[in-house]
Amino acid sequence: MRARDVSRLPRVEPAGLDAWLLRLFDTIDEANLPWMTALTRACEKALGPDLVDLVPSYTTLLVVFDPLRLEPDAARRCLEAQLASLTPDGAGDDGKRHELPTWYDVSVGPELPTLAERSGLSVDEVIACHSERSYRVFALGFAPGFAFMGLLDERLECPRLDTPRRRVPMGSVAVTGRQTAAYPAVTPGGWNLIGRTSTTLFDRHHDGFSLLRMGDRVRFVSVDRADFEAAGGDATPMDPMPKHKEHS
Amino acid sequence: MAEEGVSGLRVQRAGPLALLQDAGRFGVRQLGVTQGGPADLHGWAWANRLVGNDWGAPALEVTFGGLELVAERDLSVAIAGADLGVTVDGKPLAIWRSLTLREGQVLAFASPVNGLRAYLAVAGGFRALPVLNSVACVVREGLGGHDGEGHKLAEGDRLRVSATAGREAPVDAAQPPSPPDYQQPGPLGLLAGAQIAEFSGTSLFRAFNTVWRVDDRADRMGVRLTGPRLQCRLSTMISEGIGMGAVQVPPDGQPIVLLNDRQTIGGYPRLGALTPLAASRLAQCLPGQEVKIMAVSHERALAEYRRFRGGFG
Repeated sequence: MRARDVSRLPRVEPAGLDAWLLRLFDTIDEANLPWMTALTRACEKALGPDLVDLVPSYTTLLVVFDPLRLEPDAARRCLEAQLASLTPDGAGDDGKRHELPTWYDVSVGPELPTLAERSGLSVDEVIACHSERSYRVFALGFAPGFAFMGLLDERLECPRLDTPRRRVPMGSVAVTGRQTAAYPAVTPGGWNLIGRTSTTLFDRHHDGFSLLRMGDRVRFVSVDRADFEAAGGDATPMDPMPKHKEHS
Repeated sequence: MAEEGVSGLRVQRAGPLALLQDAGRFGVRQLGVTQGGPADLHGWAWANRLVGNDWGAPALEVTFGGLELVAERDLSVAIAGADLGVTVDGKPLAIWRSLTLREGQVLAFASPVNGLRAYLAVAGGFRALPVLNSVACVVREGLGGHDGEGHKLAEGDRLRVSATAGREAPVDAAQPPSPPDYQQPGPLGLLAGAQIAEFSGTSLFRAFNTVWRVDDRADRMGVRLTGPRLQCRLSTMISEGIGMGAVQVPPDGQPIVLLNDRQTIGGYPRLGALTPLAASRLAQCLPGQEVKIMAVSHERALAEYRRFRGGFG
């Protein structure tokens, strides 16, 4: 009954009483983004006041609707129609461009030496490698304004920490797998820290709340401590902590 | 409207966790902001209804108890959801009905008698400045609540109410149902999800025929259930949006039911999602309680939900 024909994409999957999950792709790819951003907008427009929330991610869009106003079957038909008529955003180049001034230093990025050791690069080469690339925002999640960006240079690929930190400082720039991110607020976190940005990433008093949105392009620009602090960055070193073990 | 109202209640003793909750924060999940809102939608809705409030009015979610509030003016209030051994000036109080609290009286929540989370509503609703269009308090995100900063209630805090909060509850206020027996939550209805066929046959049999135990790792983000290990052909997936009540199964095979403060996206396969009212009942279970999961159809779940919501306008 559940043959492999369900693997055809795109498809609409059940996700509870008030939601459908639209699955478009099965791999993480920058080429997904123009489709994902177009679909998000199309669903917002098509459902109008019956829409409750949208959660786009790397390959999927969760659409939450009001089941008091809209029959789930009617919602599904509406979403299928959006999928059938979807055209990608022009050239996939609609996202905003951002530069995040980043102070790369072992006092705020304690995993810099670990990354250097793993990759066989010097710390300076690790910094150059991370900062020369432009990353796309694939998804937001984990915490308000937390943007999952990629793809990281293969040489910097690394696993999460075995034991997540209980407290990662705001602005911490981090990597794991082939992704990078900056922590918008103080939270626990298991990514490898390599620096800190002075840019505010989530501001509840600011109109758009989150600086980064899906599809945006981000570059981390290496700055020295003086410029970092002049821009409002907090140079407080990481709390002393037990040494983390890495996966072998 | 950002009306700030007048002080209605002062916190004399805070207890472990008391949070202001409206229906939740919606429309901002694509920024990574979670839903929040009452863990037991049913109890929260009834507390509001018993004082004549519209759907969505902010009410106080009191988890476990230990909270003492002093009325700073006459207030028409109602408590629904869990029985936490509530007293007024030391005298036991019947809940699931409206009453007038007089200025100076002390309303106290002791500890769980039946259920885990009580809801205190006041006529006209508690007042607080919305953050991202909601006062739902999410501590982890520092958003919402009585102070807008996502803080739980602390000693000395004041809860603001509308200036007309002292009026008697409407005489035509709805007859409440008998308070649920939260110790016997009944089977929790689950709507099958897209990955259900990726679980082994044995695991599916176990999922629906096991008495699951509510673990002590349970909070407003999610409730872990312990029992036999469920096996899925998928271990992790690319992270995707997670709906309310989603039952995810990490590699250790122990399901986690995701509730109001869950992360917006996640990468574990899911059996499906509990119905909204099943998630509400689970949120009233104390660690160590036993629950069963039962597959239900979308039609049945929708009819049940519409019956529930039908009375709330």
